[in-house]
Amino acid sequence: MVASEAVRLFGMWASPAVRRVEWALKLKGIEYEYIEEDLSNKSSSLLEFNPINKQVPVLLHNGNPIVESLVILEYIDETWKDNPILPVEPLERAKARFWATFVDVKCREESRKAFFMEGEEKEKAIENLQVQLKALDEELEGKKFFSGDHIGYTDLAVGWMAFWLGVAEETAGFKANYDVKFPNFSRWMKHFLAEPVIKDNLPPREKTVEFFRAFKQLGSCTKVNQK
Amino acid sequence: MASEKGVILLDFWVSPFGQRARIALAEKGVQYEYKEENLTEKSELLLKANPVHKKIPVLIHDGKPVCESLIIVQYIDEVWSDKAPLMPSDPYQRAQARFWADFVDKKVYDCGSRLWKLKGEEQQAAKKEMIEILQLLEAQLGDKKYFGGDSFGFVDVAFVPFTSWFYSYETCANFSVEGVAPKIVQWAKRCMERESVAQTLSDPKKVYEFVCFLKKKFGVE
Repeated sequence: MVASEAVRLFGMWASPAVRRVEWALKLKGIEYEYIEEDLSNKSSSLLEFNPINKQVPVLLHNGNPIVESLVILEYIDETWKDNPILPVEPLERAKARFWATFVDVKCREESRKAFFMEGEEKEKAIENLQVQLKALDEELEGKKFFSGDHIGYTDLAVGWMAFWLGVAEETAGFKANYDVKFPNFSRWMKHFLAEPVIKDNLPPREKTVEFFRAFKQLGSCTKVNQK
Repeated sequence: MASEKGVILLDFWVSPFGQRARIALAEKGVQYEYKEENLTEKSELLLKANPVHKKIPVLIHDGKPVCESLIIVQYIDEVWSDKAPLMPSDPYQRAQARFWADFVDKKVYDCGSRLWKLKGEEQQAAKKEMIEILQLLEAQLGDKKYFGGDSFGFVDVAFVPFTSWFYSYETCANFSVEGVAPKIVQWAKRCMERESVAQTLSDPKKVYEFVCFLKKKFGVE
């Protein structure tokens, strides 16, 4: 019943939250139909399936919509039990969720500020980001991935930083300096991006840089809605 | 932290986030030691247990810390799984529960704070937003006994502590929760019939006193 029922994913090519879901689907070997959304002209389907946040990604399974990328990840893990991405043990699960929430709420907020703002506010955001990267770096001490020897939920959650943080830095003119200051994190980024499921599922870099450059120029006027 | 056996909760009396953990522990019948934190002078234990955020609540179970209230509630549910399950068993229902708990987390406290911190037009905007939030939650509740259906569940635990803040929101922003979302008020009354909730929630008047203290502290008229 589970594997053969249609799985559809509403997404946008540049969105890190959408890729996160795609990585999970591919890690599990789940077949799905991908529907590209034009976020400046959202489809009636998207608005029907996610009336509250009106954002991508939306996963549709058995006609049921699931929204919020981290919620989708847990749903995927609980529905398709092969190749688990979350740990089994409650304390390890709590830690995995902790770091996922940390990057989704805190790191994303400071990255957003570093990207959009200028002057003192930008500097402060970069400083805060450094503190956050240090915490992530320490967490990675002695580990190849956040989840251990193989990528898992936490890696998928933090994954946007391996690619999109670099894009943000290039387009917004700042440097988080992770290769110098945060060697564990820097090493993790390289391993993460080299994983086949990840490497083969990233947006083209130049196109992404162009997109975010334009996005920054527009400021928050046409905010790309992604979660 | 020594690896001492048992459960400790680092908390602050009026925190709705801490209360989530207290309600979950009570529902499961778990014995624990409650430690009140002075948030202007955080204990060494708190700083060691939650070095990243330095915030309460923190659950310390056999010496191991768990942080972030919704993560704590899920942890409690998974460890003490033999009694009073808070999450549904069906993956889609679980996804719904996580979505709505996350919705409460992102919207209620923030918007609520703006109701007492701001004045004039900004406060009016926050009031409009709070009414929308309450009505969305009411639509989700529908005619069910709890957000979890017949059983008190994850979303109920996530949202119920904020019901003792309704009086403060109403007084500061001049509106009535019952007027805009009567089913929510009925739901709150049903939750208060549960011992875990009745024993945990702060008296709304005491919450209001605390809000007034914060207003003074932040120089809000």
